[in-house]
Amino acid sequence: MRKDQNLGEYLRAQGVSRRGFLKFCSATASLMALPPSAIAQVADALAKARRPSVIWLSFQECTGCTESLTRSHAPTVESLIFDAISLDYHHTLQAAAGHGAEAARMAAMEENSGEYILVVDGSIPVGNPAYSTIAGISNLDMLKETAANAFALVAVGTCAAFGGIPHANPNPTGAVSVSDIVTDKPIINVSGCPPIPVVITGVLAHFLTFGTIPELDALGRPAAFFGQNIHDRCYRRPFYERGQFAETFDDEGARKGWCLYKLGCKGPTTYNTCATLKWNEGTSFPIQSGHGCIGCSEPDFWDKGGFYNPISAGMWGSRDALLGAAAAGAALGVGSALAARARKKKAQAAEEA
Amino acid sequence: MNERVVVDPITRIEGHLRIEAQMDGDRIAEAYSSGTMVRGIEIILRGRDPRDAWAFAQRICGVCTLVHGIASVRAVEDALDYEIPKNAQLIRNLMIGAQYVHDHVMHFYHLHALDWVDVVSALSADPKATSALAQSISSYPKSSPGYFAEMQTKIKNFVEAGQLGIFAKAYWGHPAYKLPPEANLMAVAHYLEALSWQRDVARLHTIFGGKNPHPNFLVGGVPSPIDLDSDSAINSARLSTVQNIITQMRDFVDQVYVPDTLAIASFYKDWGAQGEGVGNFLCYGDFPEKGTNDVSSFLFPRGAILGRDLSTIHEIDLDAMDEVKEYVAHSWYKYEAGKEAGLHPYEGETEFAYDGPEPPYTQLDVEKSYSWLKSPRWKGNVMEVGPLARALMLYASGHEQMQELVNYTLKTLDVPVEALFSTLGRTAARTLETKVLADTMQTWYDNLIGNIKAGDTRTFNEVLWEPSSWPKKAQGVGFTEAPRGGLAHWIVIEDQKIANYQAVVPSTWNAGPRDAEGQPGPYEAALAGHQLYDPKQPVEILRTIHSFDPCIACAVHVTDPNGEELVNVKIR
Repeated sequence: MRKDQNLGEYLRAQGVSRRGFLKFCSATASLMALPPSAIAQVADALAKARRPSVIWLSFQECTGCTESLTRSHAPTVESLIFDAISLDYHHTLQAAAGHGAEAARMAAMEENSGEYILVVDGSIPVGNPAYSTIAGISNLDMLKETAANAFALVAVGTCAAFGGIPHANPNPTGAVSVSDIVTDKPIINVSGCPPIPVVITGVLAHFLTFGTIPELDALGRPAAFFGQNIHDRCYRRPFYERGQFAETFDDEGARKGWCLYKLGCKGPTTYNTCATLKWNEGTSFPIQSGHGCIGCSEPDFWDKGGFYNPISAGMWGSRDALLGAAAAGAALGVGSALAARARKKKAQAAEEA
Repeated sequence: MNERVVVDPITRIEGHLRIEAQMDGDRIAEAYSSGTMVRGIEIILRGRDPRDAWAFAQRICGVCTLVHGIASVRAVEDALDYEIPKNAQLIRNLMIGAQYVHDHVMHFYHLHALDWVDVVSALSADPKATSALAQSISSYPKSSPGYFAEMQTKIKNFVEAGQLGIFAKAYWGHPAYKLPPEANLMAVAHYLEALSWQRDVARLHTIFGGKNPHPNFLVGGVPSPIDLDSDSAINSARLSTVQNIITQMRDFVDQVYVPDTLAIASFYKDWGAQGEGVGNFLCYGDFPEKGTNDVSSFLFPRGAILGRDLSTIHEIDLDAMDEVKEYVAHSWYKYEAGKEAGLHPYEGETEFAYDGPEPPYTQLDVEKSYSWLKSPRWKGNVMEVGPLARALMLYASGHEQMQELVNYTLKTLDVPVEALFSTLGRTAARTLETKVLADTMQTWYDNLIGNIKAGDTRTFNEVLWEPSSWPKKAQGVGFTEAPRGGLAHWIVIEDQKIANYQAVVPSTWNAGPRDAEGQPGPYEAALAGHQLYDPKQPVEILRTIHSFDPCIACAVHVTDPNGEELVNVKIR
C-alpha cells in the first residue's frame, strides 16, 4: 500500500466492494462482541488506515502460535496480512532469509518508528544469551532493540505472556516472559497454548479498528476473550450443578457429555473463550471432544498438579484476587490509546486552537 | 576470496536454524548446520505423571503438532504393556494421516514454494494462458481466465502499494527462478487457496482432539468417546464431517498439490542432480493395523537403506545398544567418556557445555562445537530420515501404489531413477507420500465405520489408567513416523513418576552437525558442491535446506545447564 493511499482506497483498488468490506467489518465487530451499530465505526476506522507495520519475533517457541494464526477464519490470515497489516518480519511466513530478513526488520523499524506493533511468541532465556539466538543476536538483545520504538507489544501465547513451558519447573534455561523484560510499553498478553486462532487476529483487529488497547485483566489479557472462566460458559455446566460427572474416559457420563471435573478439567480456574468462540471455526473445544481443559491460558499451568487430578484448593489463584487486579489492567488500557492517527488529530487540534 | 556465507535466520521453517557455508570460489566447499535455540523440555518432564507427558512433549513442536503427543502416549503404553482399543488405533491413524496431508501441503506452498516461484514475475502473466496451463494439468475448478485475472490484479495492487510485508527483501528476479510468468501466477493463486484449505481440513483434529494446533491425546486410547445416540460424542454428524474433510483433502492433493509439484518440477530438472546428501535412509515405520508391536502390519515399513542400494533393506532395532548412537563432537554438550564417544539413548548423557562465541557474533568456530543438535548415527552411518526415506522404503518393499507413483513421476519428468536422490526427489517424495496417505485415510475411515457398525464403540481402555496398578519400575519406547521423519521417545517410569524421558527426532538426524569422525550431517552433505549464483542471495541454499522441511525446535529440545549427568537413560 502506498504511503498516500488509505485502506479504503487500497481495498477498492483490490476489487473489494463496499459491501464486501462491510462484511469483513461486520465479522470483525461480531468477533469483538460489538453491537451492529459499531460496524460503521469499524469500517470508517479501517478504511482510513495505512496498513500498520507488524514485526513478529519468535523466541523460545514451538511455532504453534503461528500455526494457530493461520487457522483464523475471521479475519483470515490472508486478509489480515495482505489487506489489513503489513507483516514485515515473521520467520515462518516471510520470503526473505538471512541478511534479507534482518534488513526487512531494520527497515520496518526505521520507516515506522514509534508506530509499529511488535508481536512476540516464545519466552526469552536469561540463563545464558546463547540459549537462543537469531542472526547471532540473543533473544534478549533483539527484544530490547525491537521494542524500543514499538508503539505497543502483543505477547502471543503463554510462553511470551507468562514464560510458558520453558519456564516450567525447573526452568532449565531461565526463561521469562516479555513483560519481565519490557516494562515501559503497553503489552497485551494473548495467552493460550496456543491461543485460539480468532483471538490472536481479533486482538490485532481491535488495534487496527480503534487504535487503542482493549480493556485488560490483571494479567494483561483482553477482557473480551479472557473475562470469563471456561466453567461459567461451559455447556456441561448444568451437569456439574446436578452432580453428574464422567468418572472415567469413555464411561456413560463421558459419552453423554456430563461434567469432566473429576477427570481433572481445569475449566473453573481457566479464563479463556474456548467454550464460547470454540476452536477452528467453532468446530469444537477440548471439553466438547471429551478431554478436560488443561488450563493452558493461565500462568504456570504446567506446574499446578497434573492434568487428570481434580482441582484442589490452593493450587490456583482465587477468582477474587484476579478480579481485584483487573481494574488496574483496565486503567492501563484506557490510558494508552495510540495510533498515529490519534496523535495527528491531537496535533491538528493544537494547531487550530 | 573464499568467503563464509551465513544464512541466519533460515526462514520459512519451524525453529531457529543457521547455515554457514565455506565457499571455494562460487561453490560451497563445506556447509555447517547450527541449531541456535534450546528449551530443555525433557528435563522439565522429570518427576511428572507419565499420563501428562504427552502434553509437555507435544509442545516440542507446534508445526508437526501431535507427533510428539503420539510418540509420548505410545512410549507410556509400551512401558506399561497397555493395549488400546481398535477404534482408538484408527482414530490415531486418521489424526496422524491428517497431520501429514495438512503439513506437507503447507510446507509445499507456504514454506518451500517461494524458493521456486517468483511472486513478482506473476505480474507479467497472461491470465488466459495461465488458465490454459492450469486446465491442461488439472480438473481443479478454480481455473478460469477471470479467476487468474482477478488474482493478478490483487498481486499487482499489493506490489504497487509499496508495502510488501512478508514478500519484502526476497530474491525476486534472481536468475535461478525459471518458471514462466503463467506458472508463477498459478502457484501464487494456489498459495492463497492452500491457506484457506488448510484451515478447513485442520478441523479433523478438532473433532477428535478438541483443538488444532495441539489437539488432545490420552494414554490408553483417545479422549473423544463414540456414541451414535449422544449429542456430545462422536456421532453420525461428526463422522460425516470427518468424511467431508477426507474428501476435501483428497481433492486438493489430486487436483492441486500433485499436478503443481509435477508442473513446477518440470522446470527444475537440474535440481534432480544435486542436493542428495548421504544416500543412506532410515525409517522407524508407522500406521499399524494391529498395534505398534506388529511391525509387519505397518503401512510405512521399518528399515534402513545404505548407499542407495534399494535391493537390501536392513533390519533395525531401536533397543540394540550398537545401532542408534549419538555423538557430541561438534555439539554444545560433553560426555563423561569424552567428546569423541558415541552413546546409545539407553546410556545417554546430557551435559551442557557451551563453548561458542558470545552473542552477538558473526561467525561460529566450526572447528569446535557449533550446534545445540547432537549427531545421531545408525551403526556409525549418517542417515537421512523423512519423506524420501519412506518413499524409497515403500518402493523397495514393493508397495504397489508408491511404485506406480514414483514410476509415473520419473516418466512424466523424463528423469532417471537417480533423480530421486536429490533436492527435487525429496520434494517430490513428500508429495507422493501425501497422495498415498490421503487415499489410505479413506480406508481407515471406512474401517472405523465398519467397526462401529459391528457394535464396537470403545475408545479407551481403563485397565491401567490408575498409576497404583503399575509396576514399580517400567520403561518403554514410543515411535512414530512424523511428517519430517522417524521419531522416538524413550521413557523410564519409577514409582509412578517419570524418572527419565528422552527423544530422538527427525530433524536431529537430518540437521545435526559433524560427528567425531568428521562425517557431515545430511544437511551439510547435501549442500556441499552447490554453486551459488550470488552469495548475497543464496536461494540455492534455501532450496536444498527447505527440501528437508527443517523442524529445529524438535531437533533441539534438551539441555542441562547444571551439568547434571543423566544416569541410566536414553537421550535425545
